[in-house]
Amino acid sequence: MEWETVIGLEIHAQLATRSKIFSGSATAYGAEPNTQANLVDLGYPGVLPVLNGEAVRMAVRFGLAIGARIAPHSVFARKNYFYPDLPKGYQISQYELPVVAQGSLDVVLDDGTRKRVGITRAHLEEDAGKSLHEGMPGMSGIDLNRAGTPLIEIVSEPDMRSAKEAVAYMKKVHTLVRYLDICDGNMQEGSFRCDANVSVRPKGSDKFGTRAEIKNLNSFRFVEKAINYEVERQIELLESGGKVVQETRLYDPDKGETRSMRSKEEANDYRYFPDPDLLPLVIDDAFVATIKASLPELPDEKAARFVRDYGLSEYDAGVLTASRELGAFYEDVVRRVGRDPKLCANWVMGDLAAFLNKDNLEINDSKVDAEALAGLVTRIVDATISGKIAKDVFEAMWASGESADAIIEQKGLRQITDTGAIEQAIDEVMAKNPGQLADYRSGKDKLFGFFVGQVMKATGGKANPAQLNDLLRKKLSG
Amino acid sequence: MSLTRADIENIARLARLELTEAEIPVYVDSLSKIFAFVGELDRAPTAGIDPMAHPMPGLAQRLRADEVTETNRRDTFQQNAPKVEAGLYLVPKVIE
Amino acid sequence: MSAPAPTVAALARGLAEGAFSSVELTRAYLERIAAAQPSLNAFITVTGESALKAAAEADAARAAGRAGRLTGVPIGHKDIFCTEGVLTTCGSKMLGNFVSPYDATIVSALRAAGTVMLGKLNMDEFAMGSSNETSHFGPVRNPWDTQMVPGGSSGGSAASVAARIVPAATATDTGGSIRQPAALCGVTGIKPTYGRCSRYGMIAFASSLDQAGLITVSAEDAALLLGPMSGFDPRDSTSVDSPVPDYTATLGDSLQGLTIGLVREFFDKGLDAACEQRIRDAIAVYEKLGAKVREVSCPNLPLSVPTYYVVAPAECSSNLARFDGVRFGHRCDSPKNLLDLYCRSRGEGFGAEVKRRIMTGTYVLSAGYYDAYYLKAQRVRQLISADFARAFKECDLLFGPTTPTPAFRIGAKCDDPITMYLNDIYTIGANLAGLPGMSIPCGFVDGLPIGLQIVGPHFSEARMLNVAHRYQQETDWHLKTPSAFA
Repeated sequence: MEWETVIGLEIHAQLATRSKIFSGSATAYGAEPNTQANLVDLGYPGVLPVLNGEAVRMAVRFGLAIGARIAPHSVFARKNYFYPDLPKGYQISQYELPVVAQGSLDVVLDDGTRKRVGITRAHLEEDAGKSLHEGMPGMSGIDLNRAGTPLIEIVSEPDMRSAKEAVAYMKKVHTLVRYLDICDGNMQEGSFRCDANVSVRPKGSDKFGTRAEIKNLNSFRFVEKAINYEVERQIELLESGGKVVQETRLYDPDKGETRSMRSKEEANDYRYFPDPDLLPLVIDDAFVATIKASLPELPDEKAARFVRDYGLSEYDAGVLTASRELGAFYEDVVRRVGRDPKLCANWVMGDLAAFLNKDNLEINDSKVDAEALAGLVTRIVDATISGKIAKDVFEAMWASGESADAIIEQKGLRQITDTGAIEQAIDEVMAKNPGQLADYRSGKDKLFGFFVGQVMKATGGKANPAQLNDLLRKKLSG
Repeated sequence: MSLTRADIENIARLARLELTEAEIPVYVDSLSKIFAFVGELDRAPTAGIDPMAHPMPGLAQRLRADEVTETNRRDTFQQNAPKVEAGLYLVPKVIE
Repeated sequence: MSAPAPTVAALARGLAEGAFSSVELTRAYLERIAAAQPSLNAFITVTGESALKAAAEADAARAAGRAGRLTGVPIGHKDIFCTEGVLTTCGSKMLGNFVSPYDATIVSALRAAGTVMLGKLNMDEFAMGSSNETSHFGPVRNPWDTQMVPGGSSGGSAASVAARIVPAATATDTGGSIRQPAALCGVTGIKPTYGRCSRYGMIAFASSLDQAGLITVSAEDAALLLGPMSGFDPRDSTSVDSPVPDYTATLGDSLQGLTIGLVREFFDKGLDAACEQRIRDAIAVYEKLGAKVREVSCPNLPLSVPTYYVVAPAECSSNLARFDGVRFGHRCDSPKNLLDLYCRSRGEGFGAEVKRRIMTGTYVLSAGYYDAYYLKAQRVRQLISADFARAFKECDLLFGPTTPTPAFRIGAKCDDPITMYLNDIYTIGANLAGLPGMSIPCGFVDGLPIGLQIVGPHFSEARMLNVAHRYQQETDWHLKTPSAFA
């Protein structure tokens, strides 16, 4: 039987506020355990939550960016369950009336096709603390620094049909939250993570299969691997006559498999009800309008502009707008070079991206900045060096931090554009290779490349390729 | 309405309350009485009436400025904690 | 000093005139507290040392010309209010060792106003009770007859004011926990409008119903203390930002033209005939003072008790989930695993009534029962509020009895939760609708005090205090003192 995969994601994005969603504690990552947990975060008797306005503004920014409805009236509810990292015995979240509802995002897949993913809702809630298990036999240690950090939970429709689509969607959300400056997107620190709801069904069926929820995936790679593992597991189970159980599963990156979570085995009854300590969140048109006016250019808008203004392909535009910083870097290079934006794009996406990747650096920490890269591209454009030589120059720039011009001078890499010098080199090569010359003249056109290579070798690669081609063609034909 | 022993055991588990053998029949009896009593609500004409979650109608949630106002008081707070080590609250191992 | 002057107003005058110092006054009250503790059990913690220190500071402030109206006046706090560095138990074994690292907003506000804390008053466990018998620290006794309950949950506050071992006390009211014990102990109690006084630092029972207030000898005393206790608190999202009047300024206003509504449903078959007569007598006094009386009806009010016993337990089941033996409070010995830690710590730390309410609330919120119980009750709550709103179109204030009977015997109602719950039949409505309510002494039945209940529209505290004060100028029920404590 042919199976179809159905995936929905619940993405948790920590909002980049200074203080927590319901208390004045700091949200900075990496502090000593429990030093950023105040009375409210610890759930002390008698304390009460007060809502951080910035968290609300950030949620509204997100809602506007996905074309969603901003609820004029939303309600905080308590989700009741006992867990050591949940100090009050309930999580303050939004249940029936979330602040953001009914948006969508367009995702460009690898094959260039576009896919719209529905976003059912995005709601505000508080993060839980952390349980640490190392170095304490039989015990767990609870750190509540993270408890109360604001989150938006972004719940997609079950619109994705493969792990690759799920990753593409998650990357798109990741891009968006960073554009909006509402989340730092740091997945290692858990600022951006997701739960994946995965099910399979016979292809053509319009009913959903039983789903498993894979919890707490904190890298794109894990999302892809966990979903693929889970899909295979479910198909194998169904094909051998078994049944998928609705359950919560955990992905083990070391083993590359998902397993049932024992702690969540007990059927949950969260007993949601409106939190009586908080009043309804009322958002009026003026509040929304102010936020709308402050939104930056969004990734899709920017990509469309890159296609329009710079003549880039949709794919290239998509790559260059994956982060605000990358887009800004690219535009800086284009502005400085003043022409050939396509060549600029190739350099940013090609050599620069490869070197960043190799050294595990972000664009803002690049060893070759926009000004330096523009200097290099300018020398290609004005024919001072060839594109091939430029690759060597770039490598030297990356290593030394020097400008393209300095390296070209030091290493004497300036192109030979003097017709006489090139002709002389051609004459010498022709004299050294009479056999090949005869063959060429008797019709073996392919040998043209051989002569180009020999002349380049003789000139140390510095001959201007266009001039060389012209002159060589003339001389060879006698 | 009448609750059973199993009902009470389920509720107690959900509420994380250990009950003694002697307590169970007492709660079976008293909760049954309470639910019979609150069953009176059934006769109230509530069609079309909105639920009232808050006693002061029309008030909206106030928004706090995003400011860090707290300093570290861990040592004071942990004086009330039954079991602490290296700044962490200790519990029997959490199994995931 | 043997028998201190009876009211906060008189003590404040004495302090201002230099008739005695705050240290002398505080010492006198500490002696009375110690003497009464064996018979009343009204205190959980007496903070004698810090009280005398605060009194000395108050005297110094007065000497330096920095005294306010309440500087140096000793008061007691219900043990539901967090007090920094002082044991705060909420009447529970769960918090038997809990030293609060912070002050409740009203505690610091009253300290800032110059009052001196004598200690922490006994109460029903987590304020769940109507007789003070659910306290882990033993029942409080009624000073009028120590075989009788003082009412609850603010039983320690009411008994200690009645016995004049504190001049005034803070209290809280979720379903009648200020007004009912005030009535049963023959003292004045006021539960302000929901949101008038901050709930920050008041250990939550049912957040949408809880409100801090006062138990005092007189309405004038309540007016003196309520001002500093009231007002907006940025730490409580449900606190209301509206100006606080000087409640003492309007105490003497005329009652000419006041329309009193007698709530028909308050005079039901459960009301003791002798109690009803005392209420009717009090109303006659008001007519003499120029008030008009008319009957009004709140047809859904009889459903307030069942409504309350869904809403309050639901909220309490969630509010009390934080007591899990991890960060503070009781933790069982050598837990086998995490579940065992939770279940035994909570099973051991909570008393029978608290467990009953947690289970009731857990049930009404659970899957399959939420609509039938919780949502249904929230809709009836809307009906009850609407009944009050309609009634206030026809009258200024509602009058009725605070309780159906005078104080009952300790132990008499422990076995039947419903009988116990029905003690609050007349008081719960005001909590459901967030309305301010008072109880003032209006006579005795068989030697036990009876309370007249006054319920007003939102933020009508000044008018209610004025109305209570005028009655107390005409009568002296509020000045009667139990002979054992005279």
